[in-house]
Amino acid sequence: MDTGDTAWVLASAALVLLMTPGLALFYGGMVRAKTVLNMMMMSFGALALISVLWVLYGYSMAFGDDIGGGIVGSPFEFFGLSGLLGTAGLDGGFAATSLVFTVPSMAFVAFQAVFAIITVALISGAIADRARFGPWLVFAGVWATIVYFPIAHWVFAFNGAESETGGWIANDLLAIDFAGGTAVHINAGAAGLALAYVLGKRRGFGSEPMRPHNLPLVMIGAGLLWFGWFGFNAGSAISANGQAAEVWVTTMVATGAASLGWLVVERVRDGHATSLGGASGVVAGLVAITPSCSSVTPIGAIIVGALAGVLCALAVGLKYRFGYDDSLDVVGVHLVGGLWGTLAVGLLASSAATAGVDGLFYGGGVDQLWRQAVGAFAVLITSFVLTYLIGQAIQKTMGFRIDEEAEESGIDNAEHAESAYDFTSLGGGGGGGIGSGAGAARAAVGASSGSARGASE
Amino acid sequence: MRLVTAIIKPFKLDDVKKALETVGVAGLTVSEVQGFGRQKGHTEVYRGAEYQVDFVPKVRIEVLVDGADAARVIGVIVDAARTGSIGDGKVWVTAVEDVVRVRTGERGTDAL
Repeated sequence: MDTGDTAWVLASAALVLLMTPGLALFYGGMVRAKTVLNMMMMSFGALALISVLWVLYGYSMAFGDDIGGGIVGSPFEFFGLSGLLGTAGLDGGFAATSLVFTVPSMAFVAFQAVFAIITVALISGAIADRARFGPWLVFAGVWATIVYFPIAHWVFAFNGAESETGGWIANDLLAIDFAGGTAVHINAGAAGLALAYVLGKRRGFGSEPMRPHNLPLVMIGAGLLWFGWFGFNAGSAISANGQAAEVWVTTMVATGAASLGWLVVERVRDGHATSLGGASGVVAGLVAITPSCSSVTPIGAIIVGALAGVLCALAVGLKYRFGYDDSLDVVGVHLVGGLWGTLAVGLLASSAATAGVDGLFYGGGVDQLWRQAVGAFAVLITSFVLTYLIGQAIQKTMGFRIDEEAEESGIDNAEHAESAYDFTSLGGGGGGGIGSGAGAARAAVGASSGSARGASE
Repeated sequence: MRLVTAIIKPFKLDDVKKALETVGVAGLTVSEVQGFGRQKGHTEVYRGAEYQVDFVPKVRIEVLVDGADAARVIGVIVDAARTGSIGDGKVWVTAVEDVVRVRTGERGTDAL
């Protein structure tokens, strides 16, 4: 066991955990004032539920010994994690009974748990404002069990790391997905697309304005995601070493380049560089560098990021063309960004980086590229089909979508009996408050011009 | 007595308030309102999707004055609120039959 590595993995796990509340803010700011609490609760609900399922059987399904074909780990091998508990060591401290690489299995359990949580939470952006909370939690549990845990096994379970035999993408296909471009982002993006079809469009999609009600929340969320993502990517080295450091840098620079790329598209196409675009570019860059962060050079990372920003800025318009209401662009950002980043390994990988593989543009031919493509599309298709079936099953039995009246008045009230903001001192929701002094009044007037109005119809 | 009502650009509220104080106006009521005139609304763009915002936020000021002062008060408001660009707002005057000061029960111009 290496104490430095262990410290970094535990710290990284905490960083990645913060990404889910960060995502709640990122998503929450983008919806209308009458639906922000439900939006945030879908993330917090995933945080609560998946942490329990992970300990019970999720870790075991992902990292238990493969039950055949690299498809899924045995749910019983580490059921309840009891077999991984430490016992008193020679020096009186607790020694880990089993290790993953150089860290205690339990540190790896913690680190991978928060990946499962955020992947589920990411999906919620596609079905904003209209999914009943109970059925969402049922979906989250079933989806994690049937889709995420097996796919995490495909991608993250290396032979001999925790169990003798792991998943097929990691060990047989040999696609490079350092931190989860396939298992996390393509997976969540494809699932979001499927659920957007299952639940249908929001009332007024395409005709009523559905402006983000609080862009500063979006910016804070994007900031927390970026911060946490250093744990996500650099922590995926499972070691406090040079690879972690290189990955940290590629993660930073790709993200900056992506934000710039998105802003340039907006400036050229729409005339203004927007804060929502800047924040969205950050996330698009983080998604694209996730699979490729260990295999590209810092210069390569700038290319991966800049193109991610441009591609995703263009891709978020697809939903209007094809008529699906992926409300917060899980498809445009996570599916498209994840696909690009995963394929970018096959194009832009350089053996100068720690993964030690050359892509097409570095003289490596198409060998890595086809492996990346097979991994990416296998996850995409599996996730889409299974998610569609799970979603339809829930819709047909419990009913997934809220009724029209509740959707119109706002899901926060209907599902949680709360409203996010007290707009007036006279009690009740709605309306705008004027400040007492002239200066305060001016600030309040200025604030209402950009936000809450569109929300309350 | 007259009720002077003014719809102005929100950022001009402070200027108008100060200007009214200089001509001895002792009180006024302010509210946030929305609407449109020749300025119409404006367009906002989120992730490439354009949204037409139909109503523009404005501030409504209401001042009760003696009939003799109305013209001067209107002049002061118009001067203070004007930027010269579209959307500066409107001022109108209506007749007021009676006014009561709640605390003392004074009526008419004594209550102003």
